[in-house]
Amino acid sequence: MAPRPGESGVLSVESLKGAPGRFRKESAIRRVFFAAAATSILISALIVLSLAGEAWTFVTQVDYSSLWTDGWFPRRGMYDVKTIFVGSILVTIVAMFVAGPLGMGAAVYLSEYAKPRLRRTLKPILEILAGIPSVVLGFFALTWISPEIVQRLNPESSLFNLMAAGIGVGILTTPLVASIAEDAMRSVPQALREASYGMGARKVTTSTKVVIPAAVSGLVAAFIIGISRAIGETMVVAIAAGATGGSLFNLNVFEPGQTMTAAMASMAAGTDAVKGAGLTFQSLFFVGLLLFLITLLLNVSAGRFVRRVRQRY
Amino acid sequence: MIGTTPATYAPEAVRKRLQGKRFDAKGFAFSACLLAALLITVTLLAVLLYDVINGGWSVLTSRPIEFLTGSLSSAAADAGIGQGLRGTFFIAVFVILVAFPIGIGAAIYLEEYAPSTRLTRLIDVNIRNLAGVPSVVYGLLGFAIFVKALGSFTGPDANGRTVISAGLTLAILVLPIVIITSAEAIRAVPDSLREAGFGVGATRWEVIRSHVLPYAGPGILTGTVLALARALGEAAPLILVGATTGFLSGGDSYNLASLQGRFTAMPMVIYNWTGRPQPGFETATAAAIVVLLAVVLVANATAILLRNRYEKRR
Repeated sequence: MAPRPGESGVLSVESLKGAPGRFRKESAIRRVFFAAAATSILISALIVLSLAGEAWTFVTQVDYSSLWTDGWFPRRGMYDVKTIFVGSILVTIVAMFVAGPLGMGAAVYLSEYAKPRLRRTLKPILEILAGIPSVVLGFFALTWISPEIVQRLNPESSLFNLMAAGIGVGILTTPLVASIAEDAMRSVPQALREASYGMGARKVTTSTKVVIPAAVSGLVAAFIIGISRAIGETMVVAIAAGATGGSLFNLNVFEPGQTMTAAMASMAAGTDAVKGAGLTFQSLFFVGLLLFLITLLLNVSAGRFVRRVRQRY
Repeated sequence: MIGTTPATYAPEAVRKRLQGKRFDAKGFAFSACLLAALLITVTLLAVLLYDVINGGWSVLTSRPIEFLTGSLSSAAADAGIGQGLRGTFFIAVFVILVAFPIGIGAAIYLEEYAPSTRLTRLIDVNIRNLAGVPSVVYGLLGFAIFVKALGSFTGPDANGRTVISAGLTLAILVLPIVIITSAEAIRAVPDSLREAGFGVGATRWEVIRSHVLPYAGPGILTGTVLALARALGEAAPLILVGATTGFLSGGDSYNLASLQGRFTAMPMVIYNWTGRPQPGFETATAAAIVVLLAVVLVANATAILLRNRYEKRR
């Protein structure tokens, strides 16, 4: 037992160290928290492993001629990847035509124009929109956007179409884009704005010539993360774009189509297990791995842009 | 009136000379466009809410109890969401029991303990990337890991496709969100609070327990509630872990043995009904959406209000 100051009258380093029991408890707690943090690494490893195994089986066993056919019909052994890839791209383009202007516009308004009180009411509304489940937007896209907007603009359009799905995905993505873009604009130092006003610039000039160029990395990041979210969105497309069994190659956004995500959902839904001819089960994991890699690439590059803004200010 | 008093007359004249008397058309057009973007977004939200409430009102008012407790049915007039509510309830239980402790623990480690090493940076980057992985990919993970691992534990026809698998999958899905928001809340705790604790001889854990967590509590709670709301609204992972898309016998009991059976959840009920051509299902779907939105939006709104209130107080 280390001598206590009261016992021997000498104060040593030992007596200031504290009880060993406390140290043991402390290091045990530290290990528990470390294990919690390390779980995230484990999850990433599990995602990659579980996807890569079956995807590898698909890549090695698939007949390569079936990867370039007229459409995506996995149950019939037609794995035309370009059909669902192009479907994803089309939906994403439509979605970003909606989420880009709406999200960026909302961000610039909230950051530069809105009075604090108006901002306090509008920001929570955007956050509520961000919390709406994607099945709900899928229903909305099918029952309202498709008949009331898409079919009015183009009467030839079918009820299930990629356009309505894209608009739905865009609405879902808007709050995310707005939130990241607004963060970037608000991190621009006030001194830059004041310098601009000092030169006699108007608000519009200050916003477009000073604040937006200063925050451009963050705005690009917001756009990229929006794209990543739009590519990964499943339910809106699964509900509103139709083509549940499979899809022919299609470039017309007013026709039904299928994206990578919706293709995965429709393979798993409907039957009790993922069954079908030959490699249907494995193709599910192949598409999943493809999706994982695309979104990972987008997110990593967006992270670079975000860091660039942070480093500068 | 201010403009007419001589004292402010001069600055007004200066302002006019500086800005010119012309109407600032460019500035007005720019701000009008921005406001329009915001208003379109808000209007879309309003239209969406009106559309589903208007559509589902007749079902919710004419047979509320039967609808909330009834089972899935092929006839829209008899269809209820009892089984969906039960699945969503158990998913919430699993998310709270699994994602919250691990997520908050990981956030505490990253903010309070982690040394600035490569491993720490790897964990940090990894969590940010996990937050961006599409939910359907998490479904695939749940399918490959939990559904297979729990296959032997489940009832005869479930093959691992139980609410346990679904709950664990969604817990993993929202784990990065819980970690990121909790870490932000912990980071906002002033260092002087920690130093005061260390100054009187407290160990790190004692400081965390009695100083950091009480201060960061509201922020952590907000983040966790938002994550829970996200988990309750997800449908894509449920499809992959095998939530029932057709009919379901049983699956409405809240006792623990029933966890081994097949299940469905609110988002799956909505997905399932949306695809039905029979008349009447559109109103039933809208009514189910109103119920799901009530759960999710009330949780969200509470979290947001809570956060704004504590932000203002500091």
